[in-house]
Amino acid sequence: MYDYSDFDEAFVRARVAQFSQQVARRIDGSLTEDEFRPLRLMNGLYLQLHAYMLRVAIPYGTINPRQMRQLAMIADVYDKGYGHFTTRQNIQFNWPKLPDVPAILSALADVEMHAIQTSGNCVRNVTADHFAGAAADEIEDPRPVAELLRQWSTDHPEFQFLPRKFKIAITGSPNDRAVTRAHDIGLRMVRRDGAPGFEVIVGGGLGRTPMIGHVVRDFLPKADLLPYVEAILSVYNTLGRRDNKYKARIKITVHETGVAEITRMIEDRFAEIRPQFGGNDQTLLAEIEAAFAPPAFRNAPVADFDAARLIDPAFRAWADTNLAEHRNAQYAIVTISLKAHGETPGDASSDQMRLIADLAERYGHSEIRISHEQNVILPHVHKGDLPVLHAALLKGGLGTANVGLLSDMIVCPGMDYCALATARSIPVAQEIALRFKELQIEHDVGPLKIKISGCINACGHHHVGHIGILGLDRAGVENYQITLGGDGTETAVIGERAGPGFAYDEITPAIERLIVAYLALRLEPAETFLQTYRRTGLAPFKAALYDQADRNAA
Amino acid sequence: MTRAFTPKVVTANLLLDGEVVWLTEDDRWTRHHHEAELIEDEAHAQLRLLKGAAQKHLVVGVYLADARAGSIGPEPVHFRETFRTRGPSNYAHGKQVDHV
Ligand code: HEM
Ligand code: SF4
Repeated sequence: MYDYSDFDEAFVRARVAQFSQQVARRIDGSLTEDEFRPLRLMNGLYLQLHAYMLRVAIPYGTINPRQMRQLAMIADVYDKGYGHFTTRQNIQFNWPKLPDVPAILSALADVEMHAIQTSGNCVRNVTADHFAGAAADEIEDPRPVAELLRQWSTDHPEFQFLPRKFKIAITGSPNDRAVTRAHDIGLRMVRRDGAPGFEVIVGGGLGRTPMIGHVVRDFLPKADLLPYVEAILSVYNTLGRRDNKYKARIKITVHETGVAEITRMIEDRFAEIRPQFGGNDQTLLAEIEAAFAPPAFRNAPVADFDAARLIDPAFRAWADTNLAEHRNAQYAIVTISLKAHGETPGDASSDQMRLIADLAERYGHSEIRISHEQNVILPHVHKGDLPVLHAALLKGGLGTANVGLLSDMIVCPGMDYCALATARSIPVAQEIALRFKELQIEHDVGPLKIKISGCINACGHHHVGHIGILGLDRAGVENYQITLGGDGTETAVIGERAGPGFAYDEITPAIERLIVAYLALRLEPAETFLQTYRRTGLAPFKAALYDQADRNAA
Repeated sequence: MTRAFTPKVVTANLLLDGEVVWLTEDDRWTRHHHEAELIEDEAHAQLRLLKGAAQKHLVVGVYLADARAGSIGPEPVHFRETFRTRGPSNYAHGKQVDHV
């Protein structure tokens, strides 16, 4: 993976020193909160419901064992022994104390990490397919381009004060595992005449006005990417609605300007700035690409894997859900579920982080990824090593066989942590997961994405969940609205609202009714929830949710 | 027409660790909701809010929150304020272990 250059190192160290001064001046009273707040946000430090929250960037979800161990150390020394992995492939610490933050940032800098641009109206952490560099269906590893975008966007003078935050996601595969259509800019690699390039999608986003992005270029040659992205940002920076926070995202700009007109403006701007890119970006990209060279794959028998699948049903269940196809047939991509039933989705204890670091070193060529679905990936594991890896994961409480299933939910922090929340998310997820564990039907239900947000900002991606749950405050009580049929992949759609919301203690039974309805409606076990929904539409699910014959009779 | 004033407490987060606190009658910041001053008069509430907001070296994000009289002192009205007295529901972290 990419190692910091001397420039990167000096830049991050200088930033830590600067922020340490700012914290000291806030504590001694020479900076007021009004003066300090934008400075702390520029360094990823929020003030939450019960404590500060520090959001640390994990660029394109790529992290090595040494970095993972440092996160575990930070969790132990400065927090409460755990960290929360988010939908933008970041990690959040929920309990840091203000005077400790400089030491935390310095510890991060020791392992080439930082919290810069994890907040603020700038280009946020660039996210990427969590199977990057390993997936069988991939055209090229998208991470070198993501790293190029990161270097370009970090402290970019023109783009530090955009109308609103700006999120870019990138995938090197035509199959979209990065939700590119719900980002400000989504980049999906495609081939034309054998050459790799990008489909460029602009103006997707969730939040209060969810929108699916529009394709503004169906093929952009790879070498044009940086000037093209710069053109998009430049147009947005000029047109974006600074008068109204709720209309400031580029999705509104695209909507109000029209796709044809904004495409024309982007192309004009691109033609203007393209000649200024003399090729330095391509030289840099080539250097970055060299740093992402794949590991030296081992050639060894996979007999142990086949044997374990035959004799150990627990291993088979895990292998069937948690493994994905690797480009090397002897290897597998392992998703380690952070969704043990009844636990907080996305949380890992410091011991678990250390275990993951050890296992990555021993069996995974020292590579680790964080997924936007709040799981951890070991992208390169030889199949022969999977039985012993699985045993070690089970011991560490990390062997849950549920990836892609009902209990593998994306869940935002909600009102247990987040100052913006209108209701809780986490306990809802815990209850649903425990209920379906009791019913033992989630493997039978098959692929299903439930996504929960604690307010309309939609960090939990509920709009693109097959079943989305949005927590609201209705006259002083928690109330949960259900959306159905959302999809975050290359066939992205925003879910439809099912009807009135449910009280806190009614939401799990409501989800159960939906699942029971699906099991009755599906034509065959292979028909997924989403396929059934697309075939039948909302009506039968709505009936299952709201037919209150028994309730009315009561 | 102005709406009838409902009782309030002054609340904030501590600057150093973000902990939730309430303003007492004798101008202290307490970590216990029931020790807060229950304010029944609107003009007095504005004064107390100013008093709290002036302490910029100690606290952040001072505001008035609805409250009502309880058996041992003021109780929160809205569920958000109830969570603030307690800490998150997924772990025994925050006030529920540290200060109760
Ligand atoms: C400062 C005000 C904040 C606003 C307006 C805001 C709003 C949003 C929005 C709109 C998204 C992304 C939705 C999309 O995909 O378009 C998001 C992401 C997210 N927000 Fe917030 N948010 C804020 C602060 C917070 C805080 C305080 C938390 C506390 C835990 C939080 C947690 C998250 C998480 C976990 C995500 C997804 C992951 C990430 O960004 O790393 N946000 N937020
Ligand atoms: S969706 Fe709302 S409640 Fe959940 S983390 Fe985002 S801002 Fe907070």
